[in-house]
Amino acid sequence: MSEAELKAILFDGLREIAPEAEPEKLRPDQKIRETLDIDSFDFLKFLIALNEKTGVEIPEADYGKLNTLDAMLRYLGPKV
Amino acid sequence: MADFVMPSLGADMESATLVKWHVHPGDAVKRGQIIAEVDTDKGIIDVECFQSGIIEKLVIEPGAKIPVGALLAVIQGGEAPVAAVTPVPAPVTIAEVPHIHVSPLAKKIAAELGVDLNKLVGHGTGPGGLIDREDVEQAAKPVFSPKTRVRVSPLARRRAEELHVDVTHIQGSGPDGAIEAADIERAVAPHKPSDAMRRAIAAAMAKSKREIPHYYLQTHIDMSAMLAWLQAENQKRSIKDRLLPVVPLLKALAKALRDVPQLNGFWVDGQHRVSEAIHLGFAISMKGGGLVAPAIHDVDKKSCDELMGDLRDLIPRARSGRLRSSEMTDATITITSLGDLGVETVFGVIYPPQVAIVGLGKIMEQPWAKDGMLGVHPVMTASLAADHRATDGHLGAQFLEALNRHLQTPDQP
Repeated sequence: MSEAELKAILFDGLREIAPEAEPEKLRPDQKIRETLDIDSFDFLKFLIALNEKTGVEIPEADYGKLNTLDAMLRYLGPKV
Repeated sequence: MADFVMPSLGADMESATLVKWHVHPGDAVKRGQIIAEVDTDKGIIDVECFQSGIIEKLVIEPGAKIPVGALLAVIQGGEAPVAAVTPVPAPVTIAEVPHIHVSPLAKKIAAELGVDLNKLVGHGTGPGGLIDREDVEQAAKPVFSPKTRVRVSPLARRRAEELHVDVTHIQGSGPDGAIEAADIERAVAPHKPSDAMRRAIAAAMAKSKREIPHYYLQTHIDMSAMLAWLQAENQKRSIKDRLLPVVPLLKALAKALRDVPQLNGFWVDGQHRVSEAIHLGFAISMKGGGLVAPAIHDVDKKSCDELMGDLRDLIPRARSGRLRSSEMTDATITITSLGDLGVETVFGVIYPPQVAIVGLGKIMEQPWAKDGMLGVHPVMTASLAADHRATDGHLGAQFLEALNRHLQTPDQP
Protein backbone atom coordinates (compact mmCIF):
# COMPACT_ATOMS: atom_id res chain seq x y z
CA MET A 1 0.00 0.00 0.00
CA SER A 2 1.38 3.40 -0.94
CA GLU A 3 1.56 6.28 1.50
CA ALA A 4 -1.09 8.10 -0.52
CA GLU A 5 -3.48 5.13 -0.24
CA LEU A 6 -2.85 4.85 3.49
CA LYS A 7 -3.45 8.57 3.86
CA ALA A 8 -6.74 8.24 2.01
CA ILE A 9 -7.83 5.51 4.44
CA LEU A 10 -6.87 7.70 7.40
CA PHE A 11 -8.75 10.70 6.02
CA ASP A 12 -11.85 8.60 5.27
CA GLY A 13 -11.76 7.23 8.80
CA LEU A 14 -11.45 10.69 10.31
CA ARG A 15 -14.29 12.06 8.19
CA GLU A 16 -16.41 9.14 9.34
CA ILE A 17 -16.11 10.10 13.03
CA ALA A 18 -15.84 13.87 12.55
CA PRO A 19 -17.94 14.68 9.48
CA GLU A 20 -17.33 18.41 9.74
CA ALA A 21 -13.54 17.96 9.88
CA GLU A 22 -11.23 18.68 7.00
CA PRO A 23 -8.43 16.21 7.65
CA GLU A 24 -6.48 17.28 4.55
CA LYS A 25 -5.88 20.58 6.31
CA LEU A 26 -4.20 18.89 9.29
CA ARG A 27 -0.52 19.61 9.67
CA PRO A 28 1.52 16.39 9.83
CA ASP A 29 2.60 17.09 13.42
CA GLN A 30 -0.73 18.38 14.75
CA LYS A 31 -2.35 16.35 17.52
CA ILE A 32 -5.36 14.86 15.79
CA ARG A 33 -7.66 14.20 18.75
CA GLU A 34 -7.27 17.67 20.21
CA THR A 35 -7.48 19.46 16.87
CA LEU A 36 -10.57 17.65 15.65
CA ASP A 37 -12.13 17.28 19.14
CA ILE A 38 -12.36 13.49 18.99
CA ASP A 39 -13.29 11.73 22.22
CA SER A 40 -12.00 8.33 23.31
CA PHE A 41 -15.16 6.63 22.10
CA ASP A 42 -14.85 8.01 18.57
CA PHE A 43 -11.10 7.41 18.54
CA LEU A 44 -11.69 3.73 19.32
CA LYS A 45 -14.22 3.63 16.47
CA PHE A 46 -11.60 5.14 14.17
CA LEU A 47 -9.02 2.52 15.21
CA ILE A 48 -11.53 -0.29 14.64
CA ALA A 49 -12.14 1.04 11.13
CA LEU A 50 -8.38 1.27 10.51
CA ASN A 51 -8.00 -2.31 11.68
CA GLU A 52 -10.76 -3.46 9.31
CA LYS A 53 -9.34 -1.62 6.30
CA THR A 54 -5.63 -2.32 6.79
CA GLY A 55 -5.66 -5.54 8.82
CA VAL A 56 -3.11 -4.05 11.23
CA GLU A 57 -3.64 -5.11 14.84
CA ILE A 58 -3.17 -2.15 17.14
CA PRO A 59 -2.61 -3.20 20.76
CA GLU A 60 -4.02 -0.86 23.39
CA ALA A 61 -0.50 -0.01 24.57
CA ASP A 62 0.23 1.53 21.15
CA TYR A 63 -2.75 3.93 21.07
CA GLY A 64 -0.40 6.68 22.23
CA LYS A 65 1.78 6.18 19.13
CA LEU A 66 -1.05 7.36 16.90
CA ASN A 67 -1.28 11.00 17.96
CA THR A 68 -0.49 12.78 14.70
CA LEU A 69 -0.80 12.12 10.99
CA ASP A 70 2.98 11.64 10.77
CA ALA A 71 2.96 9.24 13.70
CA MET A 72 0.14 7.21 12.17
CA LEU A 73 1.95 6.91 8.83
CA ARG A 74 5.16 5.92 10.63
CA TYR A 75 3.36 3.32 12.74
CA LEU A 76 1.09 1.82 10.10
CA GLY A 77 3.38 2.24 7.03
CA PRO A 78 5.71 -0.69 7.70
CA LYS A 79 2.85 -2.93 8.83
CA VAL A 80 0.53 -2.65 5.82
CA MET B 1 -58.77 1.28 27.84
CA ALA B 2 -55.97 3.73 28.44
CA ASP B 3 -55.04 7.15 27.17
CA PHE B 4 -51.63 7.51 25.66
CA VAL B 5 -50.50 11.06 26.34
CA MET B 6 -47.50 13.13 25.36
CA PRO B 7 -44.90 12.17 27.96
CA SER B 8 -42.70 14.72 29.65
CA LEU B 9 -39.22 14.00 28.31
CA GLY B 10 -37.36 16.31 30.65
CA ALA B 11 -37.91 18.75 33.47
CA ASP B 12 -37.97 21.62 31.01
CA MET B 13 -40.14 20.19 28.24
CA GLU B 14 -43.50 21.86 27.60
CA SER B 15 -44.49 20.50 24.24
CA ALA B 16 -43.27 18.51 21.26
CA THR B 17 -44.26 18.04 17.64
CA LEU B 18 -45.55 14.67 16.55
CA VAL B 19 -43.42 13.61 13.58
CA LYS B 20 -44.69 10.16 12.78
CA TRP B 21 -46.78 7.26 14.01
CA HIS B 22 -45.20 3.80 13.79
CA VAL B 23 -48.55 2.11 14.39
CA HIS B 24 -52.07 2.13 12.93
CA PRO B 25 -55.44 1.73 14.61
CA GLY B 26 -55.99 -1.97 15.25
CA ASP B 27 -52.29 -2.77 15.69
CA ALA B 28 -51.25 -4.80 18.71
CA VAL B 29 -48.55 -3.04 20.70
CA LYS B 30 -46.24 -4.22 23.45
CA ARG B 31 -45.07 -2.29 26.45
CA GLY B 32 -41.76 -0.64 25.58
CA GLN B 33 -42.41 -0.78 21.81
CA ILE B 34 -41.58 2.40 19.88
CA ILE B 35 -44.91 3.68 18.59
CA ALA B 36 -44.21 7.30 17.63
CA GLU B 37 -41.53 9.87 16.92
CA VAL B 38 -41.69 13.34 18.40
CA ASP B 39 -39.51 16.34 17.72
CA THR B 40 -38.25 18.03 20.89
CA ASP B 41 -35.59 20.50 21.98
CA LYS B 42 -33.29 17.51 22.28
CA GLY B 43 -33.85 16.17 18.81
CA ILE B 44 -36.16 13.45 17.54
CA ILE B 45 -37.19 11.10 20.33
CA ASP B 46 -38.63 7.63 19.81
CA VAL B 47 -41.60 7.37 22.14
CA GLU B 48 -42.18 3.98 23.70
CA CYS B 49 -45.58 2.61 24.63
CA PHE B 50 -46.22 2.32 28.35
CA GLN B 51 -48.58 -0.64 28.17
CA SER B 52 -49.53 -3.56 25.96
CA GLY B 53 -52.82 -3.60 24.09
CA ILE B 54 -54.47 -2.68 20.80
CA ILE B 55 -54.31 0.81 19.30
CA GLU B 56 -57.91 1.93 19.20
CA LYS B 57 -57.52 5.44 17.91
CA LEU B 58 -54.78 7.84 16.91
CA VAL B 59 -55.99 11.21 18.07
CA ILE B 60 -53.24 13.50 16.81
CA GLU B 61 -51.98 13.85 13.26
CA PRO B 62 -48.27 14.15 12.49
CA GLY B 63 -47.15 17.76 12.26
CA ALA B 64 -49.10 18.94 15.29
CA LYS B 65 -47.38 20.52 18.25
CA ILE B 66 -48.75 18.97 21.43
CA PRO B 67 -48.34 20.05 25.05
CA VAL B 68 -47.10 17.53 27.59
CA GLY B 69 -49.99 15.51 28.96
CA ALA B 70 -52.28 15.96 25.93
CA LEU B 71 -53.96 12.88 24.50
CA LEU B 72 -52.12 11.28 21.57
CA ALA B 73 -53.85 7.94 21.19
CA VAL B 74 -56.23 5.53 22.88
CA ILE B 75 -55.03 2.02 23.63
CA GLN B 76 -57.50 -0.77 24.20
CA GLY B 77 -57.18 -3.37 26.92
CA GLY B 78 -54.45 -5.98 27.01
CA GLU B 79 -53.09 -5.60 30.46
CA ALA B 80 -54.24 -3.17 33.08
CA PRO B 81 -52.83 0.33 32.71
CA VAL B 82 -49.75 0.85 34.77
CA ALA B 83 -49.27 3.99 36.73
CA ALA B 84 -46.45 5.25 34.59
CA VAL B 85 -46.45 7.45 31.57
CA THR B 86 -42.72 7.15 31.39
CA PRO B 87 -42.63 4.11 29.16
CA VAL B 88 -39.88 2.04 30.59
CA PRO B 89 -38.86 -1.57 30.16
CA ALA B 90 -38.00 -1.62 33.84
CA PRO B 91 -39.77 1.24 35.53
CA VAL B 92 -38.01 3.33 38.10
CA THR B 93 -39.07 1.82 41.37
CA ILE B 94 -39.20 4.18 44.24
CA ALA B 95 -38.50 3.00 47.72
CA GLU B 96 -41.51 3.35 49.99
CA VAL B 97 -44.03 3.79 47.20
CA PRO B 98 -47.07 5.54 48.63
CA HIS B 99 -50.34 3.70 48.13
CA ILE B 100 -51.79 6.57 46.10
CA HIS B 101 -49.21 7.56 43.54
CA VAL B 102 -49.60 11.29 44.00
CA SER B 103 -47.39 13.82 45.70
CA PRO B 104 -48.88 15.60 48.74
CA LEU B 105 -48.53 19.00 47.08
CA ALA B 106 -50.25 17.75 43.93
CA LYS B 107 -53.10 16.44 46.07
CA LYS B 108 -53.56 19.80 47.71
CA ILE B 109 -53.52 21.68 44.39
CA ALA B 110 -55.92 19.16 42.86
CA ALA B 111 -58.40 19.93 45.62
CA GLU B 112 -57.98 23.67 45.04
CA LEU B 113 -58.37 23.46 41.28
CA GLY B 114 -61.09 20.83 41.38
CA VAL B 115 -59.10 18.28 39.40
CA ASP B 116 -60.25 14.66 39.68
CA LEU B 117 -57.09 12.73 40.58
CA ASN B 118 -58.63 9.43 39.47
CA LYS B 119 -58.52 10.70 35.91
CA LEU B 120 -54.78 11.27 36.22
CA VAL B 121 -53.96 7.72 37.28
CA GLY B 122 -51.58 6.42 34.67
CA HIS B 123 -50.64 9.90 33.52
CA GLY B 124 -48.22 10.94 36.23
CA THR B 125 -45.06 12.35 34.71
CA GLY B 126 -43.04 12.41 37.90
CA PRO B 127 -40.46 9.76 38.74
CA GLY B 128 -42.01 6.30 38.59
CA GLY B 129 -45.25 7.70 37.22
CA LEU B 130 -45.91 9.86 40.26
CA ILE B 131 -48.64 12.42 39.74
CA ASP B 132 -46.95 15.71 40.60
CA ARG B 133 -47.93 19.34 40.75
CA GLU B 134 -47.32 19.96 37.06
CA ASP B 135 -49.60 17.07 36.10
CA VAL B 136 -52.43 18.51 38.13
CA GLU B 137 -51.91 22.01 36.78
CA GLN B 138 -51.74 20.63 33.26
CA ALA B 139 -55.00 18.75 33.81
CA ALA B 140 -56.67 21.94 34.98
CA LYS B 141 -55.85 23.61 31.67
CA PRO B 142 -58.16 23.07 28.72
CA VAL B 143 -56.80 20.22 26.64
CA PHE B 144 -55.57 21.20 23.22
CA SER B 145 -57.61 19.70 20.48
CA PRO B 146 -57.32 20.27 16.77
CA LYS B 147 -59.60 23.15 15.95
CA THR B 148 -62.53 22.38 13.74
CA ARG B 149 -62.71 25.92 12.46
CA VAL B 150 -59.59 27.96 12.33
CA ARG B 151 -59.08 31.54 11.37
CA VAL B 152 -56.36 31.81 8.79
CA SER B 153 -55.10 34.95 7.10
CA PRO B 154 -55.28 34.84 3.29
CA LEU B 155 -51.50 35.04 2.99
CA ALA B 156 -51.11 32.26 5.51
CA ARG B 157 -53.58 30.11 3.62
CA ARG B 158 -51.66 30.60 0.40
CA ARG B 159 -48.32 29.76 2.07
CA ALA B 160 -49.92 26.72 3.70
CA GLU B 161 -51.04 25.45 0.32
CA GLU B 162 -47.66 26.07 -1.25
CA LEU B 163 -45.89 24.31 1.59
CA HIS B 164 -48.47 21.52 2.04
CA VAL B 165 -49.13 22.43 5.65
CA ASP B 166 -52.33 21.31 7.36
CA VAL B 167 -53.54 24.48 9.09
CA THR B 168 -55.82 22.61 11.49
CA HIS B 169 -52.74 21.53 13.42
CA ILE B 170 -51.11 24.90 13.78
CA GLN B 171 -51.51 27.15 16.75
CA GLY B 172 -51.93 30.71 15.54
CA SER B 173 -50.13 33.64 17.10
CA GLY B 174 -52.40 36.32 15.65
CA PRO B 175 -55.41 38.00 17.32
CA ASP B 176 -57.74 35.36 18.86
CA GLY B 177 -55.36 32.64 17.77
CA ALA B 178 -55.66 33.45 14.08
CA ILE B 179 -53.01 31.78 11.97
CA GLU B 180 -50.65 34.15 10.20
CA ALA B 181 -48.09 33.54 7.49
CA ALA B 182 -45.29 33.58 10.06
CA ASP B 183 -46.94 30.67 11.90
CA ILE B 184 -46.87 28.64 8.70
CA GLU B 185 -43.21 29.49 8.09
CA ARG B 186 -42.41 28.48 11.65
CA ALA B 187 -44.19 25.16 11.24
CA VAL B 188 -41.98 24.16 8.34
CA ALA B 189 -38.78 25.92 9.41
CA PRO B 190 -35.84 23.56 9.55
CA HIS B 191 -35.26 22.49 13.10
CA LYS B 192 -32.34 24.26 14.71
CA PRO B 193 -31.33 21.75 17.35
CA SER B 194 -28.53 23.79 18.82
CA ASP B 195 -30.74 26.83 19.53
CA ALA B 196 -33.53 24.76 21.03
CA MET B 197 -31.09 22.62 22.96
CA ARG B 198 -29.35 25.72 24.29
CA ARG B 199 -32.70 26.96 25.58
CA ALA B 200 -33.49 23.60 27.16
CA ILE B 201 -30.11 23.49 28.90
CA ALA B 202 -30.52 27.09 30.02
CA ALA B 203 -33.94 26.35 31.52
CA ALA B 204 -32.87 23.18 33.33
CA MET B 205 -29.58 24.57 34.65
CA ALA B 206 -31.10 27.88 35.77
CA LYS B 207 -33.83 25.93 37.60
CA SER B 208 -31.14 23.78 39.21
CA LYS B 209 -29.06 26.70 40.43
CA ARG B 210 -32.18 28.59 41.54
CA GLU B 211 -33.70 25.75 43.52
CA ILE B 212 -31.03 23.25 44.48
CA PRO B 213 -28.58 24.07 47.28
CA HIS B 214 -25.55 22.25 45.92
CA TYR B 215 -22.69 21.02 48.06
CA TYR B 216 -19.43 19.89 46.51
CA LEU B 217 -16.83 17.25 47.42
CA GLN B 218 -13.83 15.95 45.59
CA THR B 219 -11.26 13.23 46.04
CA HIS B 220 -8.24 11.81 44.24
CA ILE B 221 -8.38 8.13 43.38
CA ASP B 222 -5.43 5.87 42.55
CA MET B 223 -6.41 4.19 39.28
CA SER B 224 -3.50 1.68 39.07
CA ALA B 225 -5.64 -1.32 40.01
CA MET B 226 -8.44 -0.45 37.63
CA LEU B 227 -6.13 0.27 34.71
CA ALA B 228 -4.18 -2.95 35.30
CA TRP B 229 -7.44 -4.88 35.31
CA LEU B 230 -8.60 -3.07 32.15
CA GLN B 231 -5.32 -3.72 30.36
CA ALA B 232 -5.50 -7.44 31.19
CA GLU B 233 -9.11 -7.56 30.00
CA ASN B 234 -8.34 -5.73 26.76
CA GLN B 235 -5.36 -7.95 26.00
CA LYS B 236 -7.80 -10.84 25.78
CA ARG B 237 -9.95 -8.97 23.28
CA SER B 238 -9.69 -8.01 19.64
CA ILE B 239 -9.89 -4.27 19.05
CA LYS B 240 -13.62 -4.45 18.29
CA ASP B 241 -14.47 -5.76 21.74
CA ARG B 242 -12.13 -3.65 23.82
CA LEU B 243 -13.47 -1.70 26.76
CA LEU B 244 -12.93 1.98 27.39
CA PRO B 245 -11.95 3.08 30.92
CA VAL B 246 -15.38 4.63 31.34
CA VAL B 247 -16.95 1.16 31.44
CA PRO B 248 -15.35 -0.10 34.69
CA LEU B 249 -15.88 3.43 36.04
CA LEU B 250 -19.63 3.17 35.41
CA LYS B 251 -19.59 -0.25 37.04
CA ALA B 252 -17.80 1.08 40.15
CA LEU B 253 -20.23 4.02 40.33
CA ALA B 254 -23.20 1.65 40.30
CA LYS B 255 -21.62 -0.42 43.08
CA ALA B 256 -20.99 2.72 45.14
CA LEU B 257 -24.63 3.73 44.65
CA ARG B 258 -25.68 0.32 45.97
CA ASP B 259 -23.69 1.14 49.12
CA VAL B 260 -24.98 4.72 49.37
CA PRO B 261 -28.38 4.69 47.62
CA GLN B 262 -29.51 8.08 48.93
CA LEU B 263 -27.69 9.86 46.10
CA ASN B 264 -29.61 7.85 43.52
CA GLY B 265 -33.05 9.34 43.15
CA PHE B 266 -35.10 12.50 43.08
CA TRP B 267 -36.28 15.49 45.07
CA VAL B 268 -39.97 15.97 44.24
CA ASP B 269 -42.41 18.32 45.94
CA GLY B 270 -40.25 18.73 48.99
CA GLN B 271 -39.56 15.02 49.39
CA HIS B 272 -36.51 12.87 48.86
CA ARG B 273 -37.34 9.77 46.85
CA VAL B 274 -34.63 7.15 46.56
CA SER B 275 -34.69 5.03 43.42
CA GLU B 276 -34.06 1.32 43.65
CA ALA B 277 -33.14 1.05 39.98
CA ILE B 278 -29.75 2.48 39.02
CA HIS B 279 -30.05 4.28 35.68
CA LEU B 280 -26.96 6.40 35.10
CA GLY B 281 -27.50 9.51 33.00
CA PHE B 282 -24.35 9.75 30.92
CA ALA B 283 -23.53 13.26 29.71
CA ILE B 284 -22.68 13.20 26.00
CA SER B 285 -21.46 16.36 24.31
CA MET B 286 -22.89 17.18 20.91
CA LYS B 287 -20.54 17.99 18.06
CA GLY B 288 -21.98 21.44 17.48
CA GLY B 289 -22.23 22.33 21.18
CA GLY B 290 -24.81 21.37 23.77
CA LEU B 291 -25.23 18.06 25.52
CA VAL B 292 -27.68 15.34 26.44
CA ALA B 293 -27.49 12.91 29.34
CA PRO B 294 -29.49 9.84 28.33
CA ALA B 295 -29.97 7.02 30.82
CA ILE B 296 -27.99 3.81 30.66
CA HIS B 297 -30.46 1.44 32.29
CA ASP B 298 -29.72 -0.92 35.18
CA VAL B 299 -25.97 -0.38 35.19
CA ASP B 300 -25.64 -2.43 38.40
CA LYS B 301 -27.09 -5.49 36.68
CA LYS B 302 -25.04 -5.35 33.48
CA SER B 303 -21.65 -6.82 32.58
CA CYS B 304 -18.83 -4.63 31.28
CA ASP B 305 -19.39 -5.99 27.77
CA GLU B 306 -23.08 -5.16 27.93
CA LEU B 307 -22.25 -1.63 29.10
CA MET B 308 -19.73 -1.15 26.28
CA GLY B 309 -22.41 -2.33 23.85
CA ASP B 310 -24.86 0.14 25.38
CA LEU B 311 -22.40 3.01 24.91
CA ARG B 312 -21.67 1.97 21.33
CA ASP B 313 -25.39 2.12 20.65
CA LEU B 314 -26.18 5.19 22.74
CA ILE B 315 -23.45 7.70 21.84
CA PRO B 316 -24.05 7.81 18.06
CA ARG B 317 -27.81 7.88 18.62
CA ALA B 318 -27.48 10.75 21.10
CA ARG B 319 -25.32 12.69 18.64
CA SER B 320 -27.66 12.12 15.72
CA GLY B 321 -30.69 13.01 17.85
CA ARG B 322 -32.34 9.58 17.97
CA LEU B 323 -32.93 8.83 21.64
CA ARG B 324 -35.82 6.89 23.15
CA SER B 325 -38.30 8.39 25.55
CA SER B 326 -37.22 6.10 28.40
CA GLU B 327 -33.62 7.23 27.95
CA MET B 328 -34.71 10.85 28.28
CA THR B 329 -36.70 10.35 31.46
CA ASP B 330 -35.25 7.51 33.52
CA ALA B 331 -31.84 8.71 34.70
CA THR B 332 -31.60 8.54 38.49
CA ILE B 333 -28.23 10.35 38.74
CA THR B 334 -25.92 11.97 36.16
CA ILE B 335 -22.28 11.23 35.37
CA THR B 336 -20.19 13.82 33.56
CA SER B 337 -16.76 12.88 32.36
CA LEU B 338 -14.54 15.54 30.84
CA GLY B 339 -11.39 13.47 31.12
CA ASP B 340 -10.99 13.26 27.37
CA LEU B 341 -10.18 16.94 27.22
CA GLY B 342 -7.46 16.77 29.83
CA VAL B 343 -9.58 18.46 32.46
CA GLU B 344 -8.53 17.48 35.95
CA THR B 345 -11.73 18.28 37.83
CA VAL B 346 -15.34 18.93 36.88
CA PHE B 347 -18.01 20.06 39.34
CA GLY B 348 -21.39 19.40 37.80
CA VAL B 349 -24.73 21.15 38.02
CA ILE B 350 -27.48 18.76 39.15
CA TYR B 351 -30.16 17.94 36.58
CA PRO B 352 -33.45 18.40 38.44
CA PRO B 353 -35.22 16.54 39.94
CA GLN B 354 -32.15 14.35 40.46
CA VAL B 355 -30.19 14.87 43.68
CA ALA B 356 -26.58 14.34 42.59
CA ILE B 357 -24.10 14.51 39.74
CA VAL B 358 -20.70 12.86 39.68
CA GLY B 359 -17.81 14.50 37.80
CA LEU B 360 -14.87 12.49 36.53
CA GLY B 361 -11.62 14.10 35.41
CA LYS B 362 -8.72 12.88 33.31
CA ILE B 363 -6.63 10.00 34.57
CA MET B 364 -3.19 11.62 34.97
CA GLU B 365 0.16 10.41 36.19
CA GLN B 366 0.84 12.08 39.54
CA PRO B 367 3.23 11.76 42.44
CA TRP B 368 1.43 9.50 44.91
CA ALA B 369 2.51 8.53 48.41
CA LYS B 370 1.64 4.98 49.43
CA ASP B 371 2.97 2.87 52.32
CA GLY B 372 5.51 5.56 53.10
CA MET B 373 6.88 5.53 49.55
CA LEU B 374 6.52 8.17 46.87
CA GLY B 375 5.76 6.83 43.42
CA VAL B 376 4.10 7.86 40.18
CA HIS B 377 0.54 6.57 39.84
CA PRO B 378 -2.33 7.18 37.43
CA VAL B 379 -4.73 9.34 39.45
CA MET B 380 -8.25 10.51 38.73
CA THR B 381 -10.16 13.30 40.46
CA ALA B 382 -13.75 12.36 41.21
CA SER B 383 -16.18 15.02 42.34
CA LEU B 384 -19.68 14.96 43.70
CA ALA B 385 -22.21 17.78 43.57
CA ALA B 386 -25.27 16.86 45.62
CA ASP B 387 -28.53 18.39 46.76
CA HIS B 388 -28.17 19.51 50.37
CA ARG B 389 -31.94 19.25 50.86
CA ALA B 390 -31.67 15.49 50.30
CA THR B 391 -28.28 14.55 51.74
CA ASP B 392 -25.35 15.92 53.71
CA GLY B 393 -21.62 16.05 53.09
CA HIS B 394 -20.97 13.12 55.39
CA LEU B 395 -23.03 10.84 53.19
CA GLY B 396 -21.43 12.30 50.06
CA ALA B 397 -18.03 11.50 51.53
CA GLN B 398 -19.15 7.91 52.15
CA PHE B 399 -20.14 7.67 48.50
CA LEU B 400 -16.79 8.91 47.16
CA GLU B 401 -14.99 6.54 49.55
CA ALA B 402 -17.15 3.65 48.30
CA LEU B 403 -16.27 4.61 44.72
CA ASN B 404 -12.59 4.60 45.63
CA ARG B 405 -12.91 1.19 47.31
CA HIS B 406 -14.64 -0.39 44.31
CA LEU B 407 -12.05 1.01 41.91
CA GLN B 408 -9.33 -0.73 43.93
CA THR B 409 -11.09 -4.08 43.40
CA PRO B 410 -12.46 -3.91 39.85
CA ASP B 411 -12.58 -7.70 39.47
CA GLN B 412 -15.10 -8.17 42.26
CA PRO B 413 -18.73 -8.44 41.25
